[in-house]
Amino acid sequence: MKYELRLWVAGQSMFSRQAIETIKDICKNELKGKYKLEIIDVHENPDLAEENKIFATPTLIKELPAPLSKIIGNLKNKEKVLLGLEIQPAEDAK
Amino acid sequence: MAKTNKLLEKLETGISGFDEISIGGLPKGRTTMVVGTAGSGKTMFGIQFLAGGITKYGQGGVMVTFEEPRDDIIRNVRSLGWDLEQMTKDKKFAIVDASPVPGEELVEAGDYDLSALLARIENAIKKVNAKRVVLDSIGALIHQISDSNLVRREFHRIAVGLKKMGVTSIITVERMEEHGALSRLGVEEFVADNVVIIRNILDTEKRRRSIEILKFRGAEHHKGDYPFTIDPEEGIMIIPLSSIALTQRSSSTRISSGNPELDKMMHGGMFRDSIVLVSGATGTGKTLMTTEFLKGAIEAGEKALLFAFEESHQQLLRNAASWGVDFAKAEKDGLLKVVCRYPETLGLEDHLIYIRREIENFQPGRVAVDSLSALERVSTRKAFREFVIGLTSHIKAKETAGFFTNTTSMLMGSESITETHISTITDSIIMLRYVELFGEIRRGIVVLKMRGSFHDKTIREYVIDETGMRIKGTFRNVSGILGGVPVYDMGGERERVGDMFASGKT
Repeated sequence: MKYELRLWVAGQSMFSRQAIETIKDICKNELKGKYKLEIIDVHENPDLAEENKIFATPTLIKELPAPLSKIIGNLKNKEKVLLGLEIQPAEDAK
Repeated sequence: MAKTNKLLEKLETGISGFDEISIGGLPKGRTTMVVGTAGSGKTMFGIQFLAGGITKYGQGGVMVTFEEPRDDIIRNVRSLGWDLEQMTKDKKFAIVDASPVPGEELVEAGDYDLSALLARIENAIKKVNAKRVVLDSIGALIHQISDSNLVRREFHRIAVGLKKMGVTSIITVERMEEHGALSRLGVEEFVADNVVIIRNILDTEKRRRSIEILKFRGAEHHKGDYPFTIDPEEGIMIIPLSSIALTQRSSSTRISSGNPELDKMMHGGMFRDSIVLVSGATGTGKTLMTTEFLKGAIEAGEKALLFAFEESHQQLLRNAASWGVDFAKAEKDGLLKVVCRYPETLGLEDHLIYIRREIENFQPGRVAVDSLSALERVSTRKAFREFVIGLTSHIKAKETAGFFTNTTSMLMGSESITETHISTITDSIIMLRYVELFGEIRRGIVVLKMRGSFHDKTIREYVIDETGMRIKGTFRNVSGILGGVPVYDMGGERERVGDMFASGKT
């Protein structure tokens, strides 16, 4: 099962940097290569943000696998993020 | 007109009546908070502000919606003649849709801000070169975001951003109750340099909409509450009563009342742009006088418009025919239009809007309302007075002659609320009164007042026959007619008796 994730950020803001850090950590340690991560800056892609109805940053969207889920915030609460993404914590986390 | 004061510049909204009460529109380049309960018309106000900017002033507009989805907004205003889709294609209008996605669950994991929303708003503003932005409404965002502090902080940031971009903006805020705190968010502390309140109050079983400019920081505006209506064709229409300037020109041209003898009593007829109030009990001949007034117009080749609130079209035609006036032909010739409506069908604001519209469309030289008191029945005193002011000012501004009738409640003498309430607004008052003399009912007419003209001050007798109203001589030796208790004056005899004694002395 491959995860398709999109993280919407606003430039280099603190929240954005924190979120990027966390999601990269999750991808590396929990998803282990079974993922596709796209980081989109709303300042550079406002039309795309409009289309996707993104209003808060950072916003993390799990496009696949279904169902789609939306998490807003700097992802500092990793447990909550994993729960929101319906990811079982990896073996080594146990 | 050069303005020498340092007051803030305004941006005309294009909302009917609002630019009058706000003395020129919303403070330019600022954010105005529009506060109101659900269903008060906040969204309509916002959309009209944008649509007005596009259609009347060629200024692009952006609508940021937190509540209604994009398609609903487009659909809702289509009936008002605004094609938002076309405006979008023409790059004049853009919607930033921040309405909740049905069924979507948001997980909050940590801190965030609304930079994405701000980026979208800025993007939309640039795209259509917007001068106007509406955010509708903050309250709805609360349902999506649990932290109201965050909403407050972010809205402040957005307001600052909007100011920086030089746009004039409206933020609508939902209010829980008509009387109470302005909003549950306390956003006003941050963005409320300018506050407009929209109300929708139940007043003696009638919904009454009104709008008030609470404050404009550093800019002038009219104070107080103004009634408005939401018209299916034109949207919000505010009736700018007390801001109506008494600037109407005054005409010295006289026109015939349709009754030659009455013209004589009025020293040559009524003025071209004056309002006459005819007051009398039922059956004194008010509708007859209205008919003659209209006949006067028709004979002079002028267009006349009658608003009838008591009788049907058929009845009016038949009555007129019985006095030898052919309304049917006049209507066919395009000289007369008779509009019949039950007073109860609409609120007074709506009546006023419809009357105004009929006048605009028909462009009559004379307007008659039979009767004004029928409308009084369906409203509060304040609303009625406002209605009459709105109506008379409109009629006078068009230099049209107005003829209103008023039915008094008592058969003999006395006065009615209408008289006391609106007599100062009308230019001339004619009273029709029953006079009981020697066990017989007769009728008397008097021109009580006529602004700017001499007039006959005597009470004249009149009879109604198949030719209409025939005014005869004065009531001799009778006093107390207006008071309702006519007294036959024996003065003549007293004098004679007095003379007798006087002659006896010498």
